[in-house]
Amino acid sequence: MASRENFGGGMEISAPVTITPELAEKIRAHGAETYPHECCGALLGREELVQDQKIVREIVGLYPLVNRRDDSPRNRFSVTSEDVREAEKAATARDLEVVGWYHSHPDHPARPSEFDREHAWPWYSYVIVSVANGRPEDMTSWRLNDDREEFSSETIEVRDLRKGAASKGLGNSARTTR
Amino acid sequence: MAVKVIIPTPLRVYAGKRGSTDVAAGTVGEALEKLTAEFGDLKKHLFTEDGKLRSFVNVYVNDEDIRYLAKEQTPTKDGDTVSIVPSIAGGCCW
Repeated sequence: MASRENFGGGMEISAPVTITPELAEKIRAHGAETYPHECCGALLGREELVQDQKIVREIVGLYPLVNRRDDSPRNRFSVTSEDVREAEKAATARDLEVVGWYHSHPDHPARPSEFDREHAWPWYSYVIVSVANGRPEDMTSWRLNDDREEFSSETIEVRDLRKGAASKGLGNSARTTR
Repeated sequence: MAVKVIIPTPLRVYAGKRGSTDVAAGTVGEALEKLTAEFGDLKKHLFTEDGKLRSFVNVYVNDEDIRYLAKEQTPTKDGDTVSIVPSIAGGCCW
């Protein structure tokens, strides 16, 4: 359970977002593959209400995308509305939803930037993988607060669904880097 | 003139968890105005402080992006669907 930092957005403690080891590895590999450019893609998954009215978010698929920022791919990524619609169609076809987006930070920490915050949507999970010298390192997840002022960190639980047990927590909590 | 406004998943929590709502509007601008009048919490996610549509907020009338039509002045007629579609951007540093 990750404690969401509360910077005026009135956010409460949230359940972690779960991902399988295979998909976590695919995100890392995508970041390494596009290095020194940023990679990006959609997180396909579902939300389920479990006991205590807690909502559990599971990432069960990825929809890798092409970074449309040809002019500045080392420090920017862009997913067009057409790409978003494609990703949503892919999710719907699998009876899933687009629950968030991933991207890499080449040679920068896995923390959202001010630019990330300004362009973020609420509700989505924003997974960031830092890639240093071509090697994927930390992976974190963030959600924009209701007031748009800050991100809250979200614990990533890497869990093998077949075993049903959590193997690793990759949580982080920090404010937006400014 | 009722048009259906499709609310994107990340904003549904600010619209009573609804995926769409019907509003009476003759233009896209009017439809968005009625939408945010009904669901006030949507406003800051769709518009900047000076009232402009945010750059990552895309609006389609049926399947046409309003950027290639008359933007917010794009007329709407009875039965049209106005979809709000996100685009996603970010990057590692300012």
